[in-house]
Amino acid sequence: MAAINRDDVAHLARLAHIEMSAEELDRMAVELAVIVDSVKSVSEAAGDDVPATSHPIPLTNVFREDVVGHTFTAEQALSGAPDAYENRFKVPAILDEG
Amino acid sequence: MTELKNELIRHSAADLAAKLAAREVTAVEVTQAHLDRIADVDGQVNAFLHVNSEEALAVAAEVDAARAAGGAAAEELHALAGVPIAVKDLIVTIGQPTTAGSKILEGWHSPYDATVVKKLRAAKMPILGKTNLDEFAMGSSTEHSAYGPTRNPWDLDRIPGGSGGGSAAAVAAFEAPLALGTDTGGSIRQPGAVTGTVGVKPTYGAVSRYGAIAMASSLDQIGPVSRTVLDSALLQEVIGGHDPFDSTSLTDPFNDLVAAARVGNVAGMKIGIVKELHGEGYQAGVENRFNESLQLLKDAGAEIVEVSCPNLKYALGAYYLIMPSEVSSNLAKFDGVRFGMRVLPKDGPMTIERVMGATRAAGFGDEVKRRIILGTYALSAGYYDAYYGSAQKVRTLIQRDFDAAFAKADVLISPTAPTTAFKLGEKLDDPLAMYLNDVATIPANLAGIPGLSLPGGLADEDGLPVGIQLLAPARQDARLYRVGAVLETMLEEKWGGPMLAQAPELSSASTTAGGSN
Repeated sequence: MAAINRDDVAHLARLAHIEMSAEELDRMAVELAVIVDSVKSVSEAAGDDVPATSHPIPLTNVFREDVVGHTFTAEQALSGAPDAYENRFKVPAILDEG
Repeated sequence: MTELKNELIRHSAADLAAKLAAREVTAVEVTQAHLDRIADVDGQVNAFLHVNSEEALAVAAEVDAARAAGGAAAEELHALAGVPIAVKDLIVTIGQPTTAGSKILEGWHSPYDATVVKKLRAAKMPILGKTNLDEFAMGSSTEHSAYGPTRNPWDLDRIPGGSGGGSAAAVAAFEAPLALGTDTGGSIRQPGAVTGTVGVKPTYGAVSRYGAIAMASSLDQIGPVSRTVLDSALLQEVIGGHDPFDSTSLTDPFNDLVAAARVGNVAGMKIGIVKELHGEGYQAGVENRFNESLQLLKDAGAEIVEVSCPNLKYALGAYYLIMPSEVSSNLAKFDGVRFGMRVLPKDGPMTIERVMGATRAAGFGDEVKRRIILGTYALSAGYYDAYYGSAQKVRTLIQRDFDAAFAKADVLISPTAPTTAFKLGEKLDDPLAMYLNDVATIPANLAGIPGLSLPGGLADEDGLPVGIQLLAPARQDARLYRVGAVLETMLEEKWGGPMLAQAPELSSASTTAGGSN
């Protein structure tokens, strides 16, 4: 299995929307390489015949009655927002105009 | 007055409940005694991120009024009404800030209460405040909190465990008789072990997680923190039960926990030593106290058997793939739009994508960033099957190992953590060494089974607390309380009182300031 390198970390940081300095990328690449190396054995532990467990105590079809339940008011929903305008979340430009 | 208050804070929750019911003390006196203790010692311990004095005293006064009025109002009171409690700051509360130990949520107030908080309010338990934790519950020492580490009341230069070090230290330092924690890989049990307190991770789904800020949804569980096994049973019965707001919540009743803590015998029970969860890698003093507890249980008539769970050697690896994967998804919501901080990029185009990048860079600490990147990696195309997929298969193997073990034993036993509390800063630069603290607690989260940690004595080499962990099959939380209470009684007989009576006295702020009353 391929080791994780600095370019991988830079790519992953972009995907995860975390801006990282050059120093941070250097450090994180070294730390993550150690961690990834230590978890590698997991990929050899189980054969193809072993089913995956996504949920420790499986429940299926957890539904509720189709009735209107509790909802937040717009004021409550916006109470922690960094910026709001006329009952909406306000954000900077969605698209880069350039 | 000082003496009376000093005595009040040392009572268990069960004893306080009895004294309140008998009207020997008032809920306001009990709550004020704990608030005074917080004012006195929390400058040193830093267990609390927020103290909720006004509301706590108002709730206590309501309880006192209901008791004084008598009749139906008094009869309707919950047994724990008026017994104060601290809440881990990962659990949302109306009227108090919730930070999750992160800068990204500094000053944020939730518009709703977690289900467990609603239950505390319904029981009229005064909420003393919110306790410190590693950022978003990621860590084993509270050193990853953006608001400074909590210190271990046994030795202020040492870690109180994590992520729920604040809840455990608050209870160990007599700042609260009870607290709530959350346990994803050991965050209730490992702090319990290193602070000499009791902590329980219930069966996955036994307690609603609605309102606990999610870290890893297939592993997270809310549970009780206390100084006695009975107190944890009492608290789990308050917070447990089915909740339609959490789709993983179980419908099983879990109402036999307090009764189990009062059974008082383990004769004929089979208790399994897990071969892979002690010995090599465990501190000698931890191993000695563990063996001592085994002998006591044998003396009480339990049969000790050895079991093997060979796939536990993959548990830590599987956990460090599954947990960060779920973290990377759960923490995507902190985007500088809906709640929390927003940081604008210093230069360049002001797009939402760049605002997110700058916000998350400034708002998250190193450990959170590490786990998000690791999770993003494990879930990325080309690696998904080898990492996340394999880890989920390991989960199946570990569940099968536990099934086989529980065919031979009613409960399993191990040390809770491989070492006693280490020094602050000692493992901060070595993430892998930090992760190893949870080697004995992680398997229960992967399998969804319940686990309890109780004080097992002090290690010979450093005089610091050792935790003993009990594990039971899913839905059999009652067995933990039954065996835990018996072991606790035998150990306390041996020590001549509770283990925390041996903890050093914390100097009081009023004393150190030169004042005296």
